[in-house]
Amino acid sequence: MDVPVSPMSAQDSAGPAGTIALFDGPILLRATRDAFRKLDPRHLLRNPVIFVTEVVAILVTVLGGRDLVTAHAGAGFALSIAAWLWLTVLFATFAEAVAEGRGRARADTLRRARTDVMAKVLVRPDDRAFWKPTPANELKRDSIVLVETGDLIPSDGEVVEGVASVNESAITGESAPVIREAGGDRSAVTGGTQVVSDWLLVRITADPGGTFIDRMISLVEGAARRKTPNEIALDILLAGLTIIFLIAVATLVGLAHYSGSVLGIPVLAALLVTLIPTTIGGLLSAIGIAGMDRLIRFNVVATSGRAVEAAGDVDLLLLDKTGTITFGNRMAAGFHPVPGVDNRELADAAATASLGDETPEGRSVVSFARERHGAAPELPADAVLVPFSANTRVSGLDSGGRSWRKGAVDSVLALSAVPPPPEFTAAVDRIARAGGTPLGVVADGRLLGAIELKDIVKPGIRERFAALRRMGIRTVMITGDNKVTAAAIAAEAGVDDVLAQATPQDKLDYIRKAQADGRLVAMCGDGTNDAPALAQADVGVAMQTGTQAAREAGNMVDLDSDPTKLIEVVEIGKQLLITRGSLTTFSIANDVSKYFAILPAIFVATYPGLQALNVMRLHSPQSAILSAVIFNALIIVALVPLALRGVAFRPLGAAALLRRNLLIYGLGGLVAPFAGIKLIDLALTILGVA
Amino acid sequence: MQEHLRPALVVVALSTALLGIAAPLAFVGGAQALAPHAAGGSLLTLNGKIVGSSLIGQNFTGAGYFHGRPSATTAPDPKDSSKTVPAPYNAASSSGSNLAPTSAALVSRVKADAAGNSDIPADAVTTSASGLDPDISPENAARQVARVADARHLARPAVQALVDRWTTPPLLGIFGAARVDVLRLNMAMDAASR
Amino acid sequence: MSILGWVQIVLVLALVLLAAVPLGRFIARVLGGERTFLSPMLGPVERVTFRLAGIDPTRSMGWRGYTVALLMLSAVHFLLLYAVLRAQYYLPFNPQGFTGMSPRLAFNTAVSFVTNTNWQAYAGETTLSNGAQMFGLTVHNFLSAAAGIAAAAAVSRAFRRVRGDGLGNFWADLVRITLYVLLPLAIVVTILLIALGVPQTMLGSIDVTTLEGAKQTLAIGPVAFQEAIKLLGTNGGGFFNVNSAHPFENPGVLSDIIENWSLLVIPFAMPVMFGCIAGRRRDGAALLTTMMALLLVFTGCIYAAETAGNPLLHALGVSDVMGNMEGKEVRFGQALNALFAASTTATSTGAVIAMHDSLMPLGGLVTLLLMQLGEVVPGGVGSGLYSMLVFALLAVFVAGLMVGRTPEYLGKKVQAREIKLAMLAVLILPLLILGGTAISLCTASGLGSLANAGPHGLSEMLYAWTSATANNGSAFGGLSADTPLLDYGLGIAMLFGRFAFLVPVLAIAGSLAAKPTVPPSAGTFPTDGPLFVGLLAGVILILGGLQFLPALSLGPLAEHFAMLAGKTF
Repeated sequence: MDVPVSPMSAQDSAGPAGTIALFDGPILLRATRDAFRKLDPRHLLRNPVIFVTEVVAILVTVLGGRDLVTAHAGAGFALSIAAWLWLTVLFATFAEAVAEGRGRARADTLRRARTDVMAKVLVRPDDRAFWKPTPANELKRDSIVLVETGDLIPSDGEVVEGVASVNESAITGESAPVIREAGGDRSAVTGGTQVVSDWLLVRITADPGGTFIDRMISLVEGAARRKTPNEIALDILLAGLTIIFLIAVATLVGLAHYSGSVLGIPVLAALLVTLIPTTIGGLLSAIGIAGMDRLIRFNVVATSGRAVEAAGDVDLLLLDKTGTITFGNRMAAGFHPVPGVDNRELADAAATASLGDETPEGRSVVSFARERHGAAPELPADAVLVPFSANTRVSGLDSGGRSWRKGAVDSVLALSAVPPPPEFTAAVDRIARAGGTPLGVVADGRLLGAIELKDIVKPGIRERFAALRRMGIRTVMITGDNKVTAAAIAAEAGVDDVLAQATPQDKLDYIRKAQADGRLVAMCGDGTNDAPALAQADVGVAMQTGTQAAREAGNMVDLDSDPTKLIEVVEIGKQLLITRGSLTTFSIANDVSKYFAILPAIFVATYPGLQALNVMRLHSPQSAILSAVIFNALIIVALVPLALRGVAFRPLGAAALLRRNLLIYGLGGLVAPFAGIKLIDLALTILGVA
Repeated sequence: MQEHLRPALVVVALSTALLGIAAPLAFVGGAQALAPHAAGGSLLTLNGKIVGSSLIGQNFTGAGYFHGRPSATTAPDPKDSSKTVPAPYNAASSSGSNLAPTSAALVSRVKADAAGNSDIPADAVTTSASGLDPDISPENAARQVARVADARHLARPAVQALVDRWTTPPLLGIFGAARVDVLRLNMAMDAASR
Repeated sequence: MSILGWVQIVLVLALVLLAAVPLGRFIARVLGGERTFLSPMLGPVERVTFRLAGIDPTRSMGWRGYTVALLMLSAVHFLLLYAVLRAQYYLPFNPQGFTGMSPRLAFNTAVSFVTNTNWQAYAGETTLSNGAQMFGLTVHNFLSAAAGIAAAAAVSRAFRRVRGDGLGNFWADLVRITLYVLLPLAIVVTILLIALGVPQTMLGSIDVTTLEGAKQTLAIGPVAFQEAIKLLGTNGGGFFNVNSAHPFENPGVLSDIIENWSLLVIPFAMPVMFGCIAGRRRDGAALLTTMMALLLVFTGCIYAAETAGNPLLHALGVSDVMGNMEGKEVRFGQALNALFAASTTATSTGAVIAMHDSLMPLGGLVTLLLMQLGEVVPGGVGSGLYSMLVFALLAVFVAGLMVGRTPEYLGKKVQAREIKLAMLAVLILPLLILGGTAISLCTASGLGSLANAGPHGLSEMLYAWTSATANNGSAFGGLSADTPLLDYGLGIAMLFGRFAFLVPVLAIAGSLAAKPTVPPSAGTFPTDGPLFVGLLAGVILILGGLQFLPALSLGPLAEHFAMLAGKTF
């Protein structure tokens, strides 16, 4: 009964590989190796900003080397610039490698589940006595396999016959076995999970290498990672900025020539690399990979990065009432005593009558009586339990010659000697109208009052919806209840709209209409009849416990089968976009200070007056240029944790969020490098390097 | 493409007729009838002869006249038409000096004109934008009062009074700068001397 | 600087705003084909034009159709003007007997007027006949301005909530803007200017005998009408060489206020028009506020720089009270001078009342920067608005991700295609400005054009390429621009500056128009408040201006510090 609404933090949820520390020793080691491997220019072509940096680094290295051979005076300076340019590239590839490494660690544990199983393929689909052993990776779609106690299910499929309990901990991390059976909403099984008892006939629904676990592995490893729409747009912006600054730096040669100053290649390279958006360019793919990783750590598997991004854009959430908004069980919510009986007396009697009632309803009466009215009767030693039966429609207990009963109102009234007072009838009517269920309580044939049972809205859900509303997301409750009941619950939960007595077609129509109005819709579902709506929704989260049809229609699968997680999925999507935007803004804002470091340094020989622009009072032209380049490289490393963890998300409205992030990353991006470059310059001066 | 050719040709033809010929000519005709002086160049006549435009400055060099600002206008060199020679207040070819604030030419020119004086009104030693500026600042005029009065043997206060008479204050006391109309002041000087 | 100076600046801008708001609404109604108070008079002209030209105003065009129409008009225009300039000797109204322009100069000039630049590589009064000024240049002032406003209207329509309506009919827009907006305004301003002494005569020149007995030839002509439209249409091509500094173009303070008002009023009406057409008045107001705020700041910078005076001249005994007077007329005063210099470069006008070449280094820097930012505060008629919208899209894209949604502007999602096109447009400015300047300064021909040495020479060349690419038309006038390198080079810069920017922008409009409008919610990035105004201003300065900082520091900044150190060149 005390199921909490899932907390915001995802870290404590035991995902496919449990929690991985932000920086884990072996991962870092491997990432360092990979960072060098990724220096291959063919790989870097995907990332124009870092590619340009590498080309420039090569150029400066060659020139520096030549100067070294010819014992030219500027060799040391050129080579130190070159070294830091290489570090800039390496830090960027390292960021990507770390993000991938974290995913790979998760993939390795998944891979262990996908050992080479021999599947028992039935020779004739209707006869499970004869099967042929076949390696799992050669299984054809639509073959029927037999899985018996202790067997690993060889591939994704749908149960066509049998009932069995299956341990799905390999993918969900949840060790309690779940029931899988033919037909209905619990017919899907996943390759790599294990049958703990009984047997199943499974029709294979996945092609070799295309199983759920395969897809999950390639996703977490980033191997199948395709750039998302926003990432592509951002890449274009960054490439455009790179070209603009290339033009600015290339033409500077001509302008400087006119002005009578000769600019060396290392200086121009330093200017170019500090101006192009290397910070965001270096971290962009790490941010994307880490976003997927966060989702997986949260036990949700997205079929594409596009879906994660779409989750951030969602402005309409379709939520099932039962299990998401309410607990799904009717629970005690109030006592209504008849005149002459006080609350405590009714509570005592109701609790006593329910002591033997192990149904959720019965337990809720006992706990409600205890919590609200302090009534905590003990089960008498001589108690004779009277269980609920369809005939009597009451339950209770007898003890020491006394009797307590609770049950359907008319049945209870039949036990009472006198006709009910009008107050009782009125209370019963009121409860029914509000969408609740009234129960009558009698003790020793005397009518004491009514218990109000109702579908309880989960604690905290109202606040969650309010937070969503502040973020601009509307919530819609879907329920099969009648309109009156639905409206009562909706009002209590604070949803924006209700779809009552909803058929699958109603859901589909509702989504289509919202989409036609330009809204992005997210929903979750588990049943086969949810599949069309899941497919139509922009973000469809299928439950792992659901049918294969539902799982294929959606673009995310929730391994915990917890519908409230839709809310967190949206937040993770938003966080991904926010992290990208914040670091882009930071990166671009950084340019201002770098100009103030480098421009006076390179022109002061020609126009001494430009020293006035050296507002940071950097030690020497060389130290100024080197400091800017070093800052530019180090800031990438400094921001790797932020890129992997993501910018802290707050459920605020867009205006407040923008104000906050602009202040931190915009203004911070303007100011921070002034301090950073100055400090590096001081350090260089003290070390006597420049 | 072709569907746009007809509208393009017709629109250009019609607007040339209406905006390029009819409208300007209508304004010329209307202005001639209603405001011939203003539309005709605000010409000033003396004894029936046109002596200039009240809007265009003239090159005054005589000691008895108030001098306008230095002018950077030029005229084609009579000896070599590809070159130009200085021709101050050449109203057929307006031009500024286009000298930079750091121009050595500017500095040496001003140095020569300043002749070691101090607190010189800036307009007295700088060329105007058009080279045809009809005005000088009241401070500039005030510095010339003594010279003009002496040359014409007039009392300085009388000359200063004429300067004040031909000084236009800022519009509504707010907009623009106070200025002295040099041509009309000099015409007034001539009239006063006669 | 003085308080009185600021009062002048603020009052003139207040007059602009006072008129711009109703004017913007009026333009939106005209473009929507609605009846206005001018319809009884001009309706018949409009209908006859439509019939003769075969225009169906109800037929809306897609972005391709709109673009082709606009390019077709410009092409026809260019050919006609080129012919007029070459053949002016044989055309009527040539009292001065001027011969035709050289092919090179005619190319440069025709491009210049077709692109709404009005760069003058020639001196009007010594080169062009009255006829060429009238049916050559004046007509183009109208049509290139109308084409700019039409393009802005098309882009505005992309943000309408109703989908599938196209971007409007270019020809109908063009005719309506010319008839209902430009012509009436031009008539009113012409009348005022004539009353204030701006000539309107068919004479070519008047000979006078000065008081000292010298002969003076006053160049004159039909100035007033062209003056009015050159400012209203932010064209800027003066009748005379020194443009609006010439006493016949701008005889007094009141005429200056009218002219300054004229060149700002339609650009500031554009965001209002945008708000009306897109149905987002508050967003239009935010754009207008950004424009106005930046214009005020930049005007203040010029005002401060110019009133400080030239320390090199101060050292020679020149008083600083009047500020820097080289290249300025006495009548306007420093405040109005600063406002005009900022206004003309903040719009794509390019008319001047002071010689920008002689501005103080920092004053010149501001005029350069205003153009390099893409002329968006408020920018040329139409072009300012659509350039501003490109910045708005970029601002929304850069910062919009920070609210955790795919960025959107006015409910239209900003995605890869829009960013690609926007970057394509934005690239044009640094490519042509910096590339052209660098190449010119490395050639003997380019160096030979410079009138000033040292960092100011660099500024002169930078200004020329900036002005041409940004379609401004003002100049650091000392530069000898009529050379093969600059006539052709700047001509190409003007063409690309106009059309290589405009076509991607219209393509963005086409792409946005096809997208559904996302209904606003609390999660929508706010684009109508002070936060957005600040963000937009920041993006304009950082994305639009930063790449020019190296060039500016070798030009005006270097000159400034050299000047403080007492150095001359």
